[in-house]
Amino acid sequence: MNLRRLPLTREISLAVLVYLYVPVVVLIVYSFNANRTATVWSETSLDWYRKILVNPSIRDATWNSLVLATAAGIGATLLALAAALGMKSRFRGAGLVEAVLNAPLILPEVVVAVATLMLFVGIGIDMGLTAMIPAHIAFCIPFAYLPIKARLEGMNPSLEEAAQDLYANRFVTFRRVTLPLLWPGIMAGFTLAFVTSLDDFLTSFFLSGPGSTTLPVYIFSAIRAGITPEINAISTIMLIVSVALVVTSFLLGKMRR
Amino acid sequence: MTNAPSAITVQSVSKSFGRGDAAIRVLHDVSVEIGAREFFTLLGPSGCGKTTLLRLIAGFEELDSGSIAIEGARIDHLPPFQRPVNTVFQNYALFPHLTVAQNVAFALEMQNLSAAEVRRRAGEALEMVRMGSFAARKPSELSGGQQQRVALARALAPRPKVLLLDEPLSALDLKLRKEMQIELKQLQTEAGITFVFVTHDQEEALTLSDRIAVMQGGRILQLDTPRTIYERPAHRFVADFIGEINLLDGQVSGPGRVRLDCGAEIAVAADQTPGARVTVAIRPERAALAQSGALPAEVTHAAYLGTATILQLRLANGAPFLLRAASANLPEIGAQVSLHLPSDALQVFAA
Repeated sequence: MNLRRLPLTREISLAVLVYLYVPVVVLIVYSFNANRTATVWSETSLDWYRKILVNPSIRDATWNSLVLATAAGIGATLLALAAALGMKSRFRGAGLVEAVLNAPLILPEVVVAVATLMLFVGIGIDMGLTAMIPAHIAFCIPFAYLPIKARLEGMNPSLEEAAQDLYANRFVTFRRVTLPLLWPGIMAGFTLAFVTSLDDFLTSFFLSGPGSTTLPVYIFSAIRAGITPEINAISTIMLIVSVALVVTSFLLGKMRR
Repeated sequence: MTNAPSAITVQSVSKSFGRGDAAIRVLHDVSVEIGAREFFTLLGPSGCGKTTLLRLIAGFEELDSGSIAIEGARIDHLPPFQRPVNTVFQNYALFPHLTVAQNVAFALEMQNLSAAEVRRRAGEALEMVRMGSFAARKPSELSGGQQQRVALARALAPRPKVLLLDEPLSALDLKLRKEMQIELKQLQTEAGITFVFVTHDQEEALTLSDRIAVMQGGRILQLDTPRTIYERPAHRFVADFIGEINLLDGQVSGPGRVRLDCGAEIAVAADQTPGARVTVAIRPERAALAQSGALPAEVTHAAYLGTATILQLRLANGAPFLLRAASANLPEIGAQVSLHLPSDALQVFAA
């Protein structure tokens, strides 16, 4: 059956695309609007981009977001890699462990965020990056785990045997064969974890302290004073960074194949 | 084989997979001595334990009991990377992220040779399999036969004492397989090392091997030269598995005589208790058409093969019989013929 021949396929697809992307397109377009009122168009301008570049609060928030996302991405990827390698030997209760690993995907984030807040207050951990990094690592694990796991499952098990057969001990086998072959999965996992952390609002909002405001938290507080074209500009930059990361990681993965 | 020390000594090796009631015994108390520079083949249907035995020698599986030694030194407690054997895998298992040259150099680098020595010996190994001009390619850019050659070069480059080959030709098409068989045999002679070759292809086993161990159900049924295995199978299963053979059921009717179920009585060279049920086996090329004889048959089909013709016959009780005959003066289809079964061509197995 030819899907293209079904009636209205093109029209429905277009409608869905419009539904999905019109808000984003409007946001991007209005980030280049010279008018102070975010909803009234006057003329094209890069003023708002210039303004956010010199705004110290935005610069600090960007820095915090990048530090947090990098730490969360690296931490979650390392733990996910260890978990994926460990799950290779199908032990008793492996299914349960897998479910626990992926729990952050289905648990209501607000509940986990509140619980983390209460725990950290209880044991006396200061709010701020020291609290946000471990919390972000925890909910980023499944995003890093799934691509690594998929890559590992697609790997020919004879390759590791071949390396050991050719006199490579377990460590060298891992470094010279397993790791290079998993690398695209690891990069994809890191990128997903990084972007997930970069985008997170709830956990960061609950756990942020003085001086640890991230971009989403900054945008949220700024927006309470009214939508400004500055917000449009920051959001556009975040969007571009996220998309660029995912596309780069996808292309790198394709190149290595 | 005389005087040369055994390259591999496998003694009373048993192996099961799974635990408790679900455990499946794959090898039952298997013992075998493989000589230095021997082309030794483990032959059997899938699930007979041949690949498990190979993997035990390589070190990919741990044995439950027994021992494995190479040139007299026990290796069964060593991890694979400390055993002086290399493996050619069924799916080649070439490292996809490395070039052909890097694949072949892998083991040499592990042996801490100088960079120049690694390059020289990897180059030699590639030349040996005529793949020198492909050194810079990735495995995915090679055909199946080329990957096969690289896998051989990679396993031979570190000059192991023993090369283990796990159905290495099974993924190739027939023509390429025949070519590679010849190359394998030449390589083994040139390299002068012991080959342990696993296959389910009896023709391949007969062509290549110095000796064959025919395995079934985790046991070695017969271990001998290809000629003896073919001409004097020690077991009904071996007779049936190797080549084409006619198996005729019957009963011992007297000293050196068997009455077949089709009614005919024939002379055999074996002594069996009168009254015992037996199976008489004869190769299609050892039976002959006779002017008159005790074993009548009807021609049902003829397959012309050029040098010979395979006749399909039907015996009096409806049992089929294959006969390989010269392509001249053949009977018509439907003709009644007589068969002559020379007693020295018959094998008798207790039923």
